[in-house]
Amino acid sequence: MSTKPIAEAHLQPDSFEWTADSKAFIDKVVAKYPAGRQASAVIPLLDLAQRQHDNWIPLKAMDAIAETLSMPRIRVMEVATFYTMFNLAPVGKWFLQACTTTPCWLRGSDDVMRCIKDKLGLSANYTSTADGQFTLLEVECLGVCANAPVVQVNDDVYEDLDYDLTAKLIDDLKAGKAPEVGSMSGRKGSMSKDGPTSLVSLKDSDGVPAWFAKKQASAGGDD
Amino acid sequence: MLKDEDRIFTNLYGWFDPSLAGARKRGDWSTTKEILAMSPEDVVEVIKASGLRGRGGAGFPTGLKWSFMPKEVKDKPHYLVVNADESEPGTCKDREIMRHDPHKLVEGCLVGGYAMRACAAYIYIRGEFYNEAVALQKAIDEAYDAGLIGKNACGSGYDFDVILHRGAGAYICGEETALLESLEGKKGQPRLKPPFPAGVGLYGCPTTVNNVESIAVTPTIMRRGAEWFAGIGRPKNAGPKIFSISGHVNNPCNVEEELGIPLKELIEKHAGGVIGGWDNLLAVIPGGSSVPLMPKSTCDEILMDFDSLREVRSGLGTAAVIVMNKQTDVVKAIARLSAFYKHESCGQCTPCREGTGWMYRVMQRMVRGEADAEEIDTLEEVTRQVEGHTICALGDAAAWPIQGLIRHFRPEMERRIAAHKAGQPVTAVAQAAE
Repeated sequence: MSTKPIAEAHLQPDSFEWTADSKAFIDKVVAKYPAGRQASAVIPLLDLAQRQHDNWIPLKAMDAIAETLSMPRIRVMEVATFYTMFNLAPVGKWFLQACTTTPCWLRGSDDVMRCIKDKLGLSANYTSTADGQFTLLEVECLGVCANAPVVQVNDDVYEDLDYDLTAKLIDDLKAGKAPEVGSMSGRKGSMSKDGPTSLVSLKDSDGVPAWFAKKQASAGGDD
Repeated sequence: MLKDEDRIFTNLYGWFDPSLAGARKRGDWSTTKEILAMSPEDVVEVIKASGLRGRGGAGFPTGLKWSFMPKEVKDKPHYLVVNADESEPGTCKDREIMRHDPHKLVEGCLVGGYAMRACAAYIYIRGEFYNEAVALQKAIDEAYDAGLIGKNACGSGYDFDVILHRGAGAYICGEETALLESLEGKKGQPRLKPPFPAGVGLYGCPTTVNNVESIAVTPTIMRRGAEWFAGIGRPKNAGPKIFSISGHVNNPCNVEEELGIPLKELIEKHAGGVIGGWDNLLAVIPGGSSVPLMPKSTCDEILMDFDSLREVRSGLGTAAVIVMNKQTDVVKAIARLSAFYKHESCGQCTPCREGTGWMYRVMQRMVRGEADAEEIDTLEEVTRQVEGHTICALGDAAAWPIQGLIRHFRPEMERRIAAHKAGQPVTAVAQAAE
């Protein structure tokens, strides 16, 4: 289970109001679930509150969610504390979620962590740089193992890292410009870096498989 | 080796247009109306005959699972829930389907949903897959706009919704009943079974939970026929499958191959071989972190399918192949998995909540050799006390990697303990123990 800090009283805002955009979004989200099952929207609304409020969720926002979805406040709190992705205390502009689970570790996540420590002085979970720009969280498997090691920065995953590429990533973020999402080594998707070992014969035919091309030809191209 | 003409995910690497126009060009949505003109029973029969086994880890026959749903819709609607909470360490295949070939999944939802008389599919995608969710939502929106799903889907007279729901970071939500709890707005804590979801699932309604890949291959099976699919791979282990290859290989990658491909061929043909050569291989975890590792001696000949791997007391799981060469500290590699399971235990069942923490702490000492040799037996015994004594399989998943380590690398663990006792440095690098 995740253990995470909850912001102390002096950091908690006195109130929380949904923005107009958020309100419109809430109507759309709640409509995804059957009538009376609006509690299903609690995770989407916690995510929304976090996006609206500098990437962390104050207690007042949980109250607002409980009210919006007609559910007890404790149920909202329960969900907010259970799931790793909800921050209940302020985090930096760049929230670094570094994966160190075995597939990333085998590919050098120790080097990534060392770089983060060298460049930012961060090694403990939920600690931030003095300027408040960066916060670190060591996370479990991000599901990008063929492109390990990886670091997720806010919504975006940066892949195929090593010490130097992590340094470059941090430098770019410091300069205020996030690099292009994906592989930092320039690899395309999760294809072998030495080039494809499959699908090569379909490369020049837009990926149209032979069985379908044949069928199209005999049917005169009709759907 | 699987021929390109038999590959289902022709846009696995994102070379081509993932949008509806591109997907249609590749054959998706081409004869959906004809599929929906079949009876739901007949669709289930085709999937049964194809031999498709679930791609999410357990390998349960998909058609059979579908047949457990009630044959008629009575007072409660039926649901299909797609498990896109891909979080099993080593596994990164569904991500590629959702961002590069999302229409295969959306069409699969319609086909599978129709076969089970469902009114809607909820796709539960892990929260960290933000960009993947954006890509998938775009495909869903395109399908609605083109009349392929929604009211009168594909002009079939059948109404069907596809709804994307993002999670928020919890491995346990990949367990099907925890996923349902989470989808209902609760903590992701697994439910006691029975009742099974096919009877009482989402919102108390009949529900089937399937993995992304299982659902995404069904339209192609319907088009090319059960015999085609069943003819690929090995008996009872049919079809192509996406393998995720990570760890100590020269070229980590995802690749679609036929079930039953020799592990050595898979690694050497597609992943550029083991770093340092095949003889530098120490061990492989063949199916995601939850399955026991195999020493090199097993890896030399093993075939990558459900039954072959079960025979050597491991498993195909999600077909996520994690490779470790002889430069690996294998005790630490498994200890890191113990940390993972400790973090991800939902805390509901005592053997798992307490056991994962206990096993983690002992494994930390085993890494440094700070233990008595007898404690290896105690550790093994505790894994047996966790295994099979919890509501869901997370307890088992936490126990198996440690059991595999003890089974195959006990001499390495003993060596460290002896070195520590003798006041010698406990070297980090393991030698091959087979």
